[in-house]
Amino acid sequence: MEEVLRGLASKMHVEITVNEQKKEADVEPRLLLVHFLRENLSLTGTHIGCDTSNCGACTVLVNGKAVKSCTMFTVQASGKEVMTVEGLAKGGKLHPIQEGFWEKHGLQCGYCTPGMMMAGVALLQKNSNPTEEEIRRGISGNLCRCTGYVKIVEAIQYAAEKLREAQQQKVEVPAR
Amino acid sequence: MIPAPFEYSSPKTLSDAFTLLETSGPDSKILAGGQSLIPVMKLRLGQPSRLIDINNIQELSYLREADGYLRIGALTRMVDLESSDLIKKKYPIISDTASHIADPTVRNMGTAGGNVSHADPANDLPGTMVALGAEFVAASSKGTRVIKAKDFFVDTFTTDLKHEEILTEIRVPMYAPGTGGAYLKLEKRVGDFAIAGVGVQISLDNDGTCTRAGIGLTAVGPSVIEAVEAEKALVGKKLTEEATRAAASLASDASTPTSDLRGPADYKKEMIKVLTSRALKRAHQRAVGGSA
Ligand SMILES: Cc1cc2nc3c(=O)[nH]c(=O)nc-3n(C[C@H](O)[C@H](O)[C@H](O)COP(=O)(O)OP(=O)(O)OC[C@H]3O[C@@H](n4cnc5c(N)ncnc54)[C@H](O)[C@@H]3O)c2cc1C
Ligand code: FES
Ligand code: FES
Repeated sequence: MEEVLRGLASKMHVEITVNEQKKEADVEPRLLLVHFLRENLSLTGTHIGCDTSNCGACTVLVNGKAVKSCTMFTVQASGKEVMTVEGLAKGGKLHPIQEGFWEKHGLQCGYCTPGMMMAGVALLQKNSNPTEEEIRRGISGNLCRCTGYVKIVEAIQYAAEKLREAQQQKVEVPAR
Repeated sequence: MIPAPFEYSSPKTLSDAFTLLETSGPDSKILAGGQSLIPVMKLRLGQPSRLIDINNIQELSYLREADGYLRIGALTRMVDLESSDLIKKKYPIISDTASHIADPTVRNMGTAGGNVSHADPANDLPGTMVALGAEFVAASSKGTRVIKAKDFFVDTFTTDLKHEEILTEIRVPMYAPGTGGAYLKLEKRVGDFAIAGVGVQISLDNDGTCTRAGIGLTAVGPSVIEAVEAEKALVGKKLTEEATRAAASLASDASTPTSDLRGPADYKKEMIKVLTSRALKRAHQRAVGGSA
């Protein structure tokens, strides 16, 4: 009973920008970010694959850094910007990382895919031209039970190339 | 899995954090990166009544050399230790270690202070800090005190920190040129805890004689182990094949592993010998090669 009261007594107000939209809620401090995203906001693209912080299916970006949303409390994300897999596509156009997984067949069952894509996006933000080894290291916090990773690496390489091309076009515009 | 309920506060200054620690019960806990504490709470192995989140205390996040020490603020993330040019160039034993802790996503959150304060014998940073002869700065409203590595790690999940104290800094002596270190970890798969790990830091004088050796062993006892006899055996000697082998044997003797899912005890003991010997060779190369 005491436990229940303690939980009820302590709801806290949070304001979190999720996929560029401001969200407010009163939550228990113990509410994990992954549960807030999936249950409060119905953003079920972020998956839960383990209970031990190992699998990375729950990976989202918090202020641009990849984190395991099952290993962070919602209250810790207050005042921050969160990006989930739902925030990747813009105006009906897939993000290059999504295109990469589509084109290169980077998924089978798809359970690990949202987390893989978020880890991939975080990696490419830091390193726009990663080697295969750097990609493998970069996604080493994400487990896939199906693909054997080869196609996932190719998907991230595809996205890297697309993003570099887009970057180059941006640079060339003012020169014209 | 859902942790038991708790109260939460996120102070912005150390002094507010001290007040919170003093006024909340003995089962309140500091939350740093949360990469050990939150899994513990999800499994309900721990049910703290209050979490004092130190992530917003900016003054705990720094990495600099000053007054003869490399000073690592407790809130410095693993990713920053791993990617810092200063660390790579002058303290490669620390970048060796940080880059082998968990995975990049965990390292974005996990902190240096959390890795040593958690005091899991399988945490990697303690072995390295023992090898480096590091010191730990603990602060409370009553002031600060400096704890030597050999006193800091008391037992499994137990450090010398008092409940009202916060670890604010890990400081590593800046050794004179001619020093070198390395950390080697044997793991079943990338991102896993160590089957066994060894951190070594040596200093050599001009003719290559060892003047100081620090050796810390990971995951082969109830707490991190300092291989004192192996260290003593090296001082005053050149790092010949024979001296290296003798020290590696003594390090193995100092280990007290148990058999578990990661391997049988006698295998781990043997691996300590192999890892110590290899780490000493790499440390030696780095010491004579100019980069620490
Ligand atoms: C999948 C996975 C794999 C991992 N693999 C490894 C590995 O291979 N090697 C390894 O070493 N670790 C590993 N870890 C643990 C990880 O590195 C943790 O980040 C680290 O041990 C704890 O740091 P933290 O900042 O997350 O601490 P937290 O989880 O926030 O805290 C841990 C403990 O330290 C206390 N604490 C934290 N900071 C302070 C402070 N400044 N003063 C006083 N007390 C403090 C807390 O109260 C708590 O009791 C792994 C974790 C995961 C999830
Ligand atoms: S659900 Fe597996 S790491 Fe978060
Ligand atoms: S596609 Fe099935 S787990 Fe990765």
